[in-house]
Amino acid sequence: MKKILIIGATSAIAEHCARIWAARGDAIHLVARNEQHVQVLASDLKVRGASEVTTYCLDLNNVDRHEELLNAADELLGSIDIVLFAHGTLSNQKSCELNVQETLTEIHTNALSSISLLTLIANRFEAEKSGTICVISSVAGDRGRASNYIYGSAKAMVTAFTSGLRQRLHKSNVAVVTIKPGFVDTPMTSEFKKGFLWVKPDIVSKLIVKAIDKNKSESYVPGFWWILMAIVKSIPEKIFRRISL
Amino acid sequence: MTTTISGWGNYPRQESKCMKPSTAALLRAAVNREGSLIARGMGRSYGDSANAHKVLTTSYCNHFIDFDEHTGKLTAEAGITLREILTVIVPKGWFLPVTPGTSYVTLGGALASDVHGKNHHSSGTFGQHVKSISMVLGTGEVVTASEDENPDLFHATCGGMGLTGVILSATIQLITIRSSLINQKTIKADCIETACEAFEENINATYSVAWIDCLAKGKSLGRSVLMLGEHAEEGGLEVDIKDPVSVPFNTPSALLNSITMKTFNGAYWHKAKHNRTQIVPLMPYFYPLDAIGNWNKLYGKSGFLQFQCVIPKENGIANMRKLLTEITESGEGSFLAVLKQFGKVNDNLLSFPTEGYTLALDFKLNESTMQTVSRLEAMTLDMGGRLYLTKDAVMQESTFKATYPNWEKFEAVREKYGATGKFSSAQSKRLGLA
Repeated sequence: MKKILIIGATSAIAEHCARIWAARGDAIHLVARNEQHVQVLASDLKVRGASEVTTYCLDLNNVDRHEELLNAADELLGSIDIVLFAHGTLSNQKSCELNVQETLTEIHTNALSSISLLTLIANRFEAEKSGTICVISSVAGDRGRASNYIYGSAKAMVTAFTSGLRQRLHKSNVAVVTIKPGFVDTPMTSEFKKGFLWVKPDIVSKLIVKAIDKNKSESYVPGFWWILMAIVKSIPEKIFRRISL
Repeated sequence: MTTTISGWGNYPRQESKCMKPSTAALLRAAVNREGSLIARGMGRSYGDSANAHKVLTTSYCNHFIDFDEHTGKLTAEAGITLREILTVIVPKGWFLPVTPGTSYVTLGGALASDVHGKNHHSSGTFGQHVKSISMVLGTGEVVTASEDENPDLFHATCGGMGLTGVILSATIQLITIRSSLINQKTIKADCIETACEAFEENINATYSVAWIDCLAKGKSLGRSVLMLGEHAEEGGLEVDIKDPVSVPFNTPSALLNSITMKTFNGAYWHKAKHNRTQIVPLMPYFYPLDAIGNWNKLYGKSGFLQFQCVIPKENGIANMRKLLTEITESGEGSFLAVLKQFGKVNDNLLSFPTEGYTLALDFKLNESTMQTVSRLEAMTLDMGGRLYLTKDAVMQESTFKATYPNWEKFEAVREKYGATGKFSSAQSKRLGLA
């Protein structure tokens, strides 16, 4: 039985990861903003076999309470084996472009709040010399594109931060797994027209849990995004600036 | 966002605004906000019963709420599939009291269709095992419906095709099993008369269903392979619920023609062994077609119609012979036709099963099969039988109203609970429901 802390537990991807862990009989601590929603998930995971499910409500932008959040998780779970970061919002690129405050809020939600909590967790795991930190970044962080560079740049920060953290914690026996999902059909992306590149969250979640089990460093989910992004990254800026992506 | 939707038969299709609320609260808000709409689960009803200009997809509202392992009472949100329920309950020694031939239907869908299974003769329909329903009415109010609370709403909602409101969650009573295996016995019947006799002789079997050869003519008319089943007493409770192999695209529909169908049906008949007993796992026994995802695509782009009727027991065999003669003469019936003897009718206003024989089969869609299905509809009407709304895409309003005599009571209940005009589907409009 593992003890798992899920940040942003109401995200569809996080929820499906939690279902896999629940079926394995793990103990799960859910952190999310929406009290009512997280209670629905808690009852569900108990029926699905989780040995224990506890909840904690917090808007992750409230970084002053991150220490308190971790203390509560420790108290409920004992020592934590896995932390999954899945919170975030899909920024409205167009309205962010016209509004500095909205842009900074999006960066705060999708990057800085993770970095605050990652810093605290990293230090705890480093001292314990064990644990796995899995962070859901995005393929959008691989290269800034006109259509969503605000969300993308926040995710780029998360990717770079976790890459450095992985190196730092390697010698302390702490794994840092960076996940880069492509297009996932979730409530967050409900407004998008879905093409053949889109996958369901349960498929992505299976791959994420597998990446954690196998102690991967960085994982594109599904794997074909590695090739697509290698191509996108290889286009020279001179040409890239002319195309719309 | 609008998308093109259809039922499992891929006919008819409709442009629709599909809303997919992520919580029950948002689902309720959508009912309040939007005009006329219909709830939609997995889209496994065959025709147009979950087609509308606006559909409310329940697939994110798929959470377990409570499961009492001692009493077998299970409460879950409407969008959960029977397949997901099975993964949790079978290892604990419980099973669905009634299950249709696919596990890819939602709890809400099973209830709205009041589905039946291979044990209808002894256990009735799915709705008969539902303890209570929580649903949103057209007024936005959330109410409980059960035998004791709002019983009129309860009996209209079980089998009500989603036309009374949007089901949020339901509590069902499961049955106990000692093993996840099934003892299956195969009986070969060389014509329709022997098949119906075999059903009667095996009325005490827990599960019974027959595959029927809808292409065999003459003295072999209605030759069938009966499959009886009992839950085994031993063998453990492990259940292997795998992801299916998918049919990736619509196959050229010419692949399913009278020659391939005849070959398939002939082979199926000859392969079956009379009086053979086997021990088989639960999943392939109840859900043989679930092993192939999207098998509906085998019928090609134009889709297919499924015809399912029930005809009264009185004169049942002679009438079944007439229906089969019509089908074999058309030469268009496909593989996997199913025959079953139903038990008693229940109290739900639009529930399909009545005592007698039911026949279900697919027709690849084209001009002439349309006509065949319409002739079969008229014959069923004459015989005092009726068609299953969940399979229907083409029935006429007059047939519906003549064969579902409770439709006026149903409309009165809808009126009372604010459903009139608020919940409607392409099917309900076609059938003349307000």
